[in-house]
Amino acid sequence: MSESERKDSPEQAQFRSQCQAWLSNNHPGKPPVTIPQGALELSDPDAMQWLQQWQKAAYDAGMIGCDYPVEVGGGGKEGHQGIANQEMQRAKTPYLPNIIGMGMAAPTIFFHAQDDVKAELLPKLLSGEHIWCQGFSEPGAGSDLANQQTFAEKDGDNWVINGHKVWTSLAHFADWMILLCRTDKSDKYNGLSYFVVPIKSALGKGVKVQPLIKMTGQTGFNEVLFENLVIPDRYRLDAVGAGWKVAMTTLAHERGAGPLVTPASGGMATEGETGVSVSSVGSLIDLARSHQRLGKTAADDPVLRDEIIKLMIRRESIQQNNRRSAVAELTDHPMRIPLQSKLVSTEFNQDLAEVAYRVEGAASTLNRNDPNAPAGGQWPLAYMNSFGVTIAAGANEVQRNILGERVLGLPKSK
Amino acid sequence: MAEQPKNFGFGEDEVMLRDSARKFLSDHCSSDTLHRMVASDFNLDRPNDCVWDQGLWQQIVDLGWTAVCVPEGAGGIGMPAVAAIALAEEVGRTAFPSPLIATLSATFVLNACDSAAATAALTEIAGGKATALALTNAEGEWDSAATDVRVNADGRLDGLAAFVQDARKCAQFIVSARSDAGVGLYLVSAAADGLTLTPDSVIDLTRDQARLTFKQVDAIELAAPGTGSAAIDAALPGLLSLVAADMVGAGEWLLQTTVEYAKTRVQFDRPLGFFQAVKHPLVNVMLQIDNAKSLTYHAACAIDHEPAEALRLARMAKSEASDMAVFSSSRAVQFHGGIGFTWECYVHLFFKRQMHNQVLYGDAKYQRALLADLIIGKAA
Repeated sequence: MSESERKDSPEQAQFRSQCQAWLSNNHPGKPPVTIPQGALELSDPDAMQWLQQWQKAAYDAGMIGCDYPVEVGGGGKEGHQGIANQEMQRAKTPYLPNIIGMGMAAPTIFFHAQDDVKAELLPKLLSGEHIWCQGFSEPGAGSDLANQQTFAEKDGDNWVINGHKVWTSLAHFADWMILLCRTDKSDKYNGLSYFVVPIKSALGKGVKVQPLIKMTGQTGFNEVLFENLVIPDRYRLDAVGAGWKVAMTTLAHERGAGPLVTPASGGMATEGETGVSVSSVGSLIDLARSHQRLGKTAADDPVLRDEIIKLMIRRESIQQNNRRSAVAELTDHPMRIPLQSKLVSTEFNQDLAEVAYRVEGAASTLNRNDPNAPAGGQWPLAYMNSFGVTIAAGANEVQRNILGERVLGLPKSK
Repeated sequence: MAEQPKNFGFGEDEVMLRDSARKFLSDHCSSDTLHRMVASDFNLDRPNDCVWDQGLWQQIVDLGWTAVCVPEGAGGIGMPAVAAIALAEEVGRTAFPSPLIATLSATFVLNACDSAAATAALTEIAGGKATALALTNAEGEWDSAATDVRVNADGRLDGLAAFVQDARKCAQFIVSARSDAGVGLYLVSAAADGLTLTPDSVIDLTRDQARLTFKQVDAIELAAPGTGSAAIDAALPGLLSLVAADMVGAGEWLLQTTVEYAKTRVQFDRPLGFFQAVKHPLVNVMLQIDNAKSLTYHAACAIDHEPAEALRLARMAKSEASDMAVFSSSRAVQFHGGIGFTWECYVHLFFKRQMHNQVLYGDAKYQRALLADLIIGKAA
């Protein structure tokens, strides 16, 4: 029995066995289409549809949104989502496609929307029937997020939106968007407001979504243009001018530092069923054993051994920091570890993929469509994709500012 | 799957012990006091002082800190290993000169010996008898089988033990010595005839270190010939964790002291901490301290709950803590600027303690080389 199982209350233990029973009979099996490494790389509608069916099935089985109230489509429980996540991961399920919806939109709507809007939006968000995207970044508002230029103008009971959002992952599939924009040009922070915006239904009628191509050649994110899009006032979250405060709820959950646990499944091998997990040091060790370097295997090379063990120690550190973070007596500042989470995990994955593709030596030059590419070309691809997350959600340089200022109390760097 | 308690074994008693140690040491060993005590003389050719506050040590003994990991059956308190690790972290936070870490290290070794003599020695430790390990040869090898001491047919010791930590503060030594039957462990009084203690001149001002030479020295057998290396190896997770915890505490002092300086020191009309060239490395120091701290608690917890995993986890902790020790101390001196390079600034006391600790029982790369053997398998 694992440590987490021993901690279960009787109700949680019962829920855990329900999950296990359901998963043993309802794993969706091998996907009929190629599934990319992560939801943010999804471009094939068939892959999206297959993953949405998985999310809906898991939702109907009570494993998604368990900790949200019943009135908004949740399970009405407490402390159950983490259990469902553990069991879905253990069963090596596909990942959930509506990750922005569940990880960012849902907690923000839950804490800031009016009740009828919660009841309208959250059930289909949690079931994955509605895909969500996030409209924060703009050409002139990246790390300086508050420099929003997209403008919403009040018109009776409606708002009229004009502007330009970029790096919008999943917008090409999205039904809805969480939107941060400006409602007052005279005040940088207090002039922001926050809305939920139906975009799919407005395509061609005030909303235009155009793909942006990543450095990997993959699509997945977009630019979104608003031209006189009209939305009702009830889709505003919290007060006019409170947009920055609402955005902080979104960002706290994005960084894994919010009060609600994000539903998450995963563990199934992706992209050509290579069985390679690009976030596992074990996969790196296997890789090193199968590549030659200086007349031995790469796993016998002392320099690489040091690098591999260093990564292993970092991985263990992340896990033990998370464990310690939950023990108040063992942390000096409550946000000290939660605010590190995005920074350390994205840099870990980047460095892991970087070591791995170097282990492949000459063969790492091969693109993933080359039949001789080792591990299906996954490692060089993972390395390139890793920059998406060290930049997104507040570049890691911004994360270091936040840690330096909020935790260490150093003066603001502006 | 890990079978460890969620709180790393830090129950109410352990947290209370840590908090009271933190208060006691900050009350009695401020950096000011420490500097006055150990750094009054900057002369490079100064005598090999061993400056420490013996009155304070007696209070620590009275508080029971030497007894924390001595089993109840031997007259101790019988707390889990994390209690000792919590004390070591607080010692590091004040760079407190004392034989506490040496004595706690000796406790781990004695707990791994199965003899009446070892139990008697534990009882003495619980009563406050400062004890040091003499397990290292002249080459400074950390291998438990490496010793330059021989045990003769009459049970007396001959030879040499080097790099004995806090030797002059201790009343007895646990010595590893070789006979034809292998390595055994022996208890030797500091006052024994034939034992000569030659102090090393060490860079770290907060501790002493010495070389012991043995000529026909009487000794009590703690672990029989052939069983000594195994006892040391069994204690090694504790020894590594103690040093790692000391570095974690010292690292936190270096971080907080440098952060305070970066908030107040103004250059180019801004406090230093405004500049990201200073801010970001300080954040990196914090990240590394947190890694080292969590890994150290994990390793210490494993000693009681997952002994088969303890050595692997302790080597991870020592590796991360050693890298952190170098980085935290280098950034502290660098960001204090010119003043940080002076004798009068307190930073060098902790800088030197980190230099010293990071090499004890092997530096970071040493630990990782052994971890690679353990996890990947021996290299071809």
